[in-house]
Amino acid sequence: MPEPVIELQDLHKRFGPVEALAGLNLQVPRGTLYGLLGPNGAGKTTALRILCTLLAPDAGSVRVAGLDALAQPRAVRELLGYVAQEVAIDKILTGRELLELQGALYHLPASRLQARLSELSALLGMDDWIDRRCGTYSGGMRRRLDLASGLLHDPALLVLDEPTVGLDIESRAAIWQVLRRLRDQGTTVLLSSHYLEEVDALADRLAIIEGGRVIAEGSPTGLKSALGGDRVTLRVREFSDEAEAARVRQVLQSCPGIQQMVVNRAQGHSLNLVVENEAVIEPLRRQLAAADLPVFSLSQSRPSLDDVYLQATGRTLMDAELAVAGSRDPKAERKQAMR
Amino acid sequence: MTSAPTLTAPQPAAPSAERSAMADLSQETLALTKRLFLQLARRPSTLVAGVLQPLIWLVLFGALFAKAPEGLLPGGMSYGRFLGAGVIVFTAFSAALNAGLPVMFDREFGFLNRLLVAPLRSRSSIVIASVLYITSLSLVQSIAIMGTAALLGYGWPGAYGLVLVLVTLLLLVFAVTGLSLGLAFALPGHIELIAVIFVVNLPLLFASTALAPISFMPTWLGWLAALNPLTFAIEPIRAAYAGHLSLTEVVLEAPYGDLTGAQCLLVLALLAVGLFLLIRPLLDRKLS
Repeated sequence: MPEPVIELQDLHKRFGPVEALAGLNLQVPRGTLYGLLGPNGAGKTTALRILCTLLAPDAGSVRVAGLDALAQPRAVRELLGYVAQEVAIDKILTGRELLELQGALYHLPASRLQARLSELSALLGMDDWIDRRCGTYSGGMRRRLDLASGLLHDPALLVLDEPTVGLDIESRAAIWQVLRRLRDQGTTVLLSSHYLEEVDALADRLAIIEGGRVIAEGSPTGLKSALGGDRVTLRVREFSDEAEAARVRQVLQSCPGIQQMVVNRAQGHSLNLVVENEAVIEPLRRQLAAADLPVFSLSQSRPSLDDVYLQATGRTLMDAELAVAGSRDPKAERKQAMR
Repeated sequence: MTSAPTLTAPQPAAPSAERSAMADLSQETLALTKRLFLQLARRPSTLVAGVLQPLIWLVLFGALFAKAPEGLLPGGMSYGRFLGAGVIVFTAFSAALNAGLPVMFDREFGFLNRLLVAPLRSRSSIVIASVLYITSLSLVQSIAIMGTAALLGYGWPGAYGLVLVLVTLLLLVFAVTGLSLGLAFALPGHIELIAVIFVVNLPLLFASTALAPISFMPTWLGWLAALNPLTFAIEPIRAAYAGHLSLTEVVLEAPYGDLTGAQCLLVLALLAVGLFLLIRPLLDRKLS
């Protein structure tokens, strides 16, 4: 089996009282488009920063293309391109000047730099505005500039941290297309995301990260089919309550073919059921009707990535995000990122 | 985006073992320095303000004491001529003291992270670029002030004297740049850095021989002035303007003893080296 291009072993990292990484293990095969899925605060950014040699782990090892990133950071930096979550640009330079600076930092000879610059500018649709100052760019334009910046030196490995956050659908689709093409050409692409749709659509393989650890790993289809069963979401009322949900549970206890039942408190106390197959739906309706319970909505689907997430972590991605939303301090995190 | 994007097959750059370290270092340093100059070109207010303030001091202060009695100052020179050296040094000093600001902003807005992800041959190229830029800027500003001083009749040091003046300024600028960069990495944000610069700038000027000779000062101030790095730059320059170009002549009569021009320059050189050695562990920690 060929050596994985990225190997993170038992990474630990603590920021004061917060344990960002609690023994993270990850292996990314060469030439794949690999997704790291998890809510904000799961440790994705920290893991990527350590991978890109911006940060040293408290413990654990980092290997990139066979090189020890902690012992040979410069060699590793030459191999990878990093597109950070927050685009750091110099407002007063033009996009072209920023890319020329980038090229010089990666020691590209002038001719090659210019060739790459034109190529990437055409590819990412930057020709119209590349000579305007970066301060005038919209969010989508800044992202594209950052992407061009990461690709300038033809890295064998491209690492992106939440590449499509805050982008309009068109920009997002365009970036997806570029990433797929890169993978097709042999570049290994590692991206972190808290969008299920993005990881599902793009990734060849993915790892679910929560609490600083990899909770589940595999290909999207593999993970989904491993779950088995259909998913049914039942709402007796648009927004129910604890008591009613408990009652519904009790009523459905005796219904055959239901493998699992979870009350989704964050989403109006709806019930998330795992059923054997579609045939369970009819008897389920009848049982509810017999108990005089209305049905506001009943939806059924094959297992989704959200279900994989739910199974692995005990709550849906949205709930996980909501749970962390209150406790995060963006200002403190910014300070943390400051060198 | 375009409808038919093309990507050539990946061709990574030649591995670093095949390129010389010197070539890499100069490429990255020049690019970083170029960036700083581009910023200056598009925001010339830094250059203008750096010259305007000392200019006003020179003109106004010089005019203020224009009718001061002859022989008031040691050597019988006019106050304008006396002040000239002080303002020239003040110009260079102020420019160098602000050296850390661009670095601080890069730290705060994540641009420094962009630099640190890149395979720089040495991260000291970031520091060297700052030093090159600030040195050029302060020398240009100082020369502008020297030109004005000449126009106002406050003298001109002559060719050899000019070299002496520039060397003195260079040493002072190195020392103060080192200090400013150290502050830029030690302090938590640009507000704190600007506050420190603000607090340090003027008092250091007043507690030197820029505006008055030590003989005018009470003992305590005289001691402060005699230990002030600015004084070690001002006196050799004042001597050069007065035509005393020999470095073995006494230029500074301090409470603790007399110092020759050469000794003053030595103090500045030691200060520069010392400060850079002092901040080196801090830079190593922050830049690696």
